Amino acid sequence: MSRPLLDVSGLTMRFGGLLAVNGVALQVHDRQVVSMIGPNGAGKTTVFNCLTGFYRPTEGKILLDGESIEGLPGHQITRKGVVRTFQNVRLFKDMTAIENLLVAQHRHLNTGFLAGLFKTPAFRKSEREAMQYAAHWLEQVDLVDCANRPAGTLAYGQQRRLEIARCMMTRPRILMLDEPAAGLNPRETEDLKALIALLRDQHGVTVLLIEHDMKLVMSISDHIVVINQGCPLADGTPEEIRANPDVIKAYLGEA
Amino acid sequence: MTHRIRPAFFSALLVIALSVPVFGLKLTTEGIALIVEGATASTYWIIAACAVGMFFWTLFHERLAAGWAASPNLPRILAGAGSFLTLPSTQRWIICTLIVVALVWPFFGSRGAVDIATLILIYVMLGLGLNIVVGLAGLLDLGYVGFYAVGAYTYALLSEYFGFGFWSALPIAGAMAALFGFLLGFPVLRLRGDYLAIVTLGFGEIIRILLRNMTDITGGPNGISGIEKPTLFGLSFDRRAEEGMQTFHQFFGLEYESIHKVIFLYLIAVLLVLLTLFVINRLLRMPIGRAWEALREDEIACRALGMNPTIIKLSAFTLGATFAGFAGSFFAARQGLVSPESFTFIESAIILAIVVLGGMGSQLGVILAATVMILLPELMREFSEYRMLMFGALMVVMMIWRPQGLLPMQRPHLELKP
Ligand SMILES: Nc1ncnc2c1ncn2[C@@H]1O[C@H](COP(=O)(O)OP(=O)(O)O)[C@@H](O)[C@H]1O
Ligand SMILES: [Mg+2]
Repeated sequence: MSRPLLDVSGLTMRFGGLLAVNGVALQVHDRQVVSMIGPNGAGKTTVFNCLTGFYRPTEGKILLDGESIEGLPGHQITRKGVVRTFQNVRLFKDMTAIENLLVAQHRHLNTGFLAGLFKTPAFRKSEREAMQYAAHWLEQVDLVDCANRPAGTLAYGQQRRLEIARCMMTRPRILMLDEPAAGLNPRETEDLKALIALLRDQHGVTVLLIEHDMKLVMSISDHIVVINQGCPLADGTPEEIRANPDVIKAYLGEA
Repeated sequence: MTHRIRPAFFSALLVIALSVPVFGLKLTTEGIALIVEGATASTYWIIAACAVGMFFWTLFHERLAAGWAASPNLPRILAGAGSFLTLPSTQRWIICTLIVVALVWPFFGSRGAVDIATLILIYVMLGLGLNIVVGLAGLLDLGYVGFYAVGAYTYALLSEYFGFGFWSALPIAGAMAALFGFLLGFPVLRLRGDYLAIVTLGFGEIIRILLRNMTDITGGPNGISGIEKPTLFGLSFDRRAEEGMQTFHQFFGLEYESIHKVIFLYLIAVLLVLLTLFVINRLLRMPIGRAWEALREDEIACRALGMNPTIIKLSAFTLGATFAGFAGSFFAARQGLVSPESFTFIESAIILAIVVLGGMGSQLGVILAATVMILLPELMREFSEYRMLMFGALMVVMMIWRPQGLLPMQRPHLELKP
């Protein structure tokens, strides 16, 4: 197989005496959906935080398209095309939906001080294009009617979709979703599944997913990584994971 | 009712405990001895009346409030008027009207009034500048006066040592203040909230103490005097011009009148305020303005979206400092004299009070608050001893009555048009 887009090996994160992540390895190939599952407190979110530069991993290598990115600050990793959502919704609540999408395009806008001050043609053009791009994605996530409403007033499911659209504003290669289906009803979960498929198939985005909804995970993933108490437990296709005795034991043991 | 008696009694006692030492006792020196004098009987009667008033107010104000709620018309009209006044479109109209009035009235006003108006405009400019940092970017800066001092001394020094005029020194003063803002901002903007406030507070004091101690250059506590006044395209407003220069009244064949100079300074201040208003209005609609708001709401989300928080905060800090620099150099030109004592912490506090009083982020609010904050002490000169007490009372009243400020900001929202 070709070189993986994201290649993580021996990732370890220690908080004082607590070993939250211990030697996790992860390979994500272009245009795959890879899921990370495991009981609460297993260290999944911590892995995300390490990959996106919010934590500096204690040990381990993170290669993005062959380039080492561990230790880079978060905003620079995002600029390399790795963008994430959070376990809790983190929209800019007082800004409207469309403004949330405009802010996320900050780096792609004309931010020249004088250009903005005098509304040069280049400035107007860049603002117009940003608006169009944002409107396009509002359509993709079915939120056009809510464009001018403050993000905080949207329904929970809508906020979740807006968050994904906002990530897409940064033109990512890898989209990392932290429990995107948590709190969604079955219909919304179906919509989410369709959206993830759309992102991968039409927009060429690679998705790394943390999720507890097994039906969703099993139906959409190309590859699944199981983590238990910070350690990698299993790694394989959905069929392999479903049949893996260790996984069954860990999950049943939990229950 | 009975459960209110204890707090009511306590409030009345508090009134007495606070006002007797402040109003009732006077310290006077006689020779080298310090003696405590009681106040007149009427003062004590007033204090007693206040205490009784407080007692009944605390006892009954819940009922009064209920009465208010039962007849809802008045408060609702007031609330409606408030939100109407804070609409961006209304604010634009009010500001346009204000501009016209501001340009016309000084030709009919008295010299003293124009002079105070000029002072108010300096504070409007400072308030608007600090508003960028505190109101828009959400960074608590307690050393803003430091940048004001940098601007003032830049012009004073350039004028003293290199003979610069006001107009050529103005951009340099702005740039100098911006540079200081940038250099200070770089290390400290990693700090959050209270820590940032403390470091900036220290910075303001450092600047003042430096200016006072670099006696060779800045003249120490005496400051620098004889700073040149602004000219109108080379026309001076003095009675007699220097070598090779012309005066305004000679050029236009007018009688010399000292008020011309005052009005001219006032008009420059109006011009600078208009420039500031224009820039801020544009900033609000620029990507950086949106980024400031986003950063104020959620820094972590901003970082996850590829924005560099340090750079975005730094831009607010630098821009805010620039306006303080402009205001400072104008202050130096108006005063003709700068000394470190013009840049004490209390100035920072007043500017911050203007921002908070006006409503964070709101421009019309800042203008209104600057007027109140500067005009009140001027109008109530005879009460100048109680100036700080009145500021305190004003703040308390505001926090109860309108914690969001006089005219809180309603940001212009970008709309998606179908
Ligand atoms: N910043 C932190 N400091 C200390 N402990 C942390 C920190 N972040 C996470 N942890 C700990 O790491 C473990 C894994 O947490 P997390 O990654 O959130 O699990 P989950 O798999 O549910 O997302 C937990 O025990 C948590 O308490
Ligand atoms: Mg988690």
